[in-house]
Amino acid sequence: MTELPPAIRLESVSRRYTMGESVIRAVNDVSLTVPSGEFLALLGSSGSGKSTLLNLIAGLDRPSSGAVIANGQDLSKMSSLELARYRRQTVGMVFQSFNLLPRMTLEENVELPLRLAEVDRSERAARVREALQRVGLEKRIGHRPSELSGGEQQRTAIARALVNRPKILLADEPTGNLDSTTGEVILTLLREIQNNPGMTIVMVTHERTLAERFADSLAVMGDGKLLSNGAAR
Amino acid sequence: MKLRDLSDLAFRNLREAVLRNSLTTLGVAVGVASLVAMLSLGVGLQQLATSRLAKSGLFDSIFVTPKTNLRGPGGGPPATRTPDAKARPLDADARAEISRMPNVVEVYPQIRFFTEVRYDGKPYATMVAGMPESSKASGAFDGMQGRFFSSPNADEAILQAEFAKELNLQTSSLIGKDLVLRYAERQSLGAPAGNSTGSSGGFSVVPKEKHFQIIGVVETEPASGFGGFGSGRLLIPLPIAETLRAAQVNDLRDILRDSSSDKPTYASLTVRVRKPSMVEETEKKLKDLGFGVFSLLDVSKSLLTFFRVLDLLLLIFSSLALAVATLGIINTLVMAILERRREIGVLKALGAADGDVKQLFFVEAGVMGLVGGLLGVGFGWLIGRVLNFATEIYLHRQNLPGVQIFSVSWALVLFAMGFAIIVSLAAGLYPASRAARLDPVQALRYE
Repeated sequence: MTELPPAIRLESVSRRYTMGESVIRAVNDVSLTVPSGEFLALLGSSGSGKSTLLNLIAGLDRPSSGAVIANGQDLSKMSSLELARYRRQTVGMVFQSFNLLPRMTLEENVELPLRLAEVDRSERAARVREALQRVGLEKRIGHRPSELSGGEQQRTAIARALVNRPKILLADEPTGNLDSTTGEVILTLLREIQNNPGMTIVMVTHERTLAERFADSLAVMGDGKLLSNGAAR
Repeated sequence: MKLRDLSDLAFRNLREAVLRNSLTTLGVAVGVASLVAMLSLGVGLQQLATSRLAKSGLFDSIFVTPKTNLRGPGGGPPATRTPDAKARPLDADARAEISRMPNVVEVYPQIRFFTEVRYDGKPYATMVAGMPESSKASGAFDGMQGRFFSSPNADEAILQAEFAKELNLQTSSLIGKDLVLRYAERQSLGAPAGNSTGSSGGFSVVPKEKHFQIIGVVETEPASGFGGFGSGRLLIPLPIAETLRAAQVNDLRDILRDSSSDKPTYASLTVRVRKPSMVEETEKKLKDLGFGVFSLLDVSKSLLTFFRVLDLLLLIFSSLALAVATLGIINTLVMAILERRREIGVLKALGAADGDVKQLFFVEAGVMGLVGGLLGVGFGWLIGRVLNFATEIYLHRQNLPGVQIFSVSWALVLFAMGFAIIVSLAAGLYPASRAARLDPVQALRYE
């Protein structure tokens, strides 16, 4: 059986910021490989560089040096237009604070990536319904985010991230604003998504216990460096 | 993103801050309204002036004289004093030839002569002028008592109001009455025996009388061409005036001139062309035929230049209001960027390209421009209508015919709309670029 190429490969990736005369190394020479279909949890304390690394994988930021190769494409060599297309087609993002647009209904929020990807209107409704069914919110389709609980909002955000059928799902502290029970529900959902239809997930979290329960592997960061990387269980 | 989706999102965003965006749009509307009102005033005044002048026959007429004339009318340029090799008499043949020229609609002589009018048994000395049929359209007879001539060959007379008052202070009672015109008819004499020079034998003057019915009284002094009928106080149809063969001032000149022709000659002819723009070309052709010519072409050009400058000034001043409105658009959109910073970050994280974000803000600016433009055109049109109405009432109270001082053409509407949209898009340029340049990572962190 031929081995699948890795979904994400980081080669000596560094991200430096200049503040006045001092240089801050948010990510410092990190090399990491995430196989296709794996659920990786990026652990670390605040300011360890895990969110910066996630932004580099998402194509929202560019490395100062090194290469970020996702789905076989070197993001560091892409133009901003190509990066936008990569974000539309290859990755889906989930945030700690959900980042749903408050004036839009769930349907409209989930439809947004389809609009950006210029998917036909006739196809959109079905795909939005399918994504909301996946997260169990099809009956709340006409509601606004303010009418939902935190867990429901995060499930909506997951539906929005899934609607363009990405290959990689990136989640930045998806349980950070939720109580532990709801957090478990969300991670169970992510785990289901990972298994069916088969998706690579990179999740940033500082909750080691949950990460060990749900992720396949753990990568621990500290001071911008990768301290350890291995199986979760 | 497709335009429909962009517009959908833009309208949704505009609805979110409905008060602020409405006020900004209202600012654009006020700017456009001032632009439309000012320019329609300029265009209206220009149309009013040009239509009045065109009606007067001053700008589509050429005054033609024989080249041997010493000076044209109205202080016109002096003609050559010595007979030109190409100079030819201004006679009936010349008149017919000029009538056949392209773009010429009418050729008529200036006929004015002193006469004695007998009315109610009393004599009155006055000046008679022949009026061409076309003078009816000059506007000078608008609002007259009675009516214009029933036909070019009718024995009818129109009195100038001042002269009419000499006949009877109740001028309206003159209409329908008869008067007798006593004039000096010119009768040619044969060439004297033994005259080998070929010159004419001169003419005798015979007193004649003709009855006319008074059909109208006119307040103004009608003018038709700058030979004018201004000094005519008793107006009769031109063809009738021609058949009278009344002795005129130029007859004395003709008797001294060496002429072998029996045909009547004219001191001058007024040539009317179809449009003022055709005056220059026709003038050149008339000069080539050997006649002296004079027109108000240069005056007409100066008038046009004046209105162009006036329009430009009005455009500049009214654009100031629109410039202020554009600052409102910039301010509104910059505020929107600050408020929607996080939203822009989300859009970018979901795959929006810089261009998508830029277009979104552009469409928002364009919508404000379009709606503001539509409202502004409506306001401007309404201002014009109200002022036209007020002007009509004012002039009516002054016993003057109403005029339209505002003219909102479709071209002006389209120009104002286009101008509003372009200015709004230009105003959206900076905010849109600023929004597109936002770093998504920073934008997502924004609280």
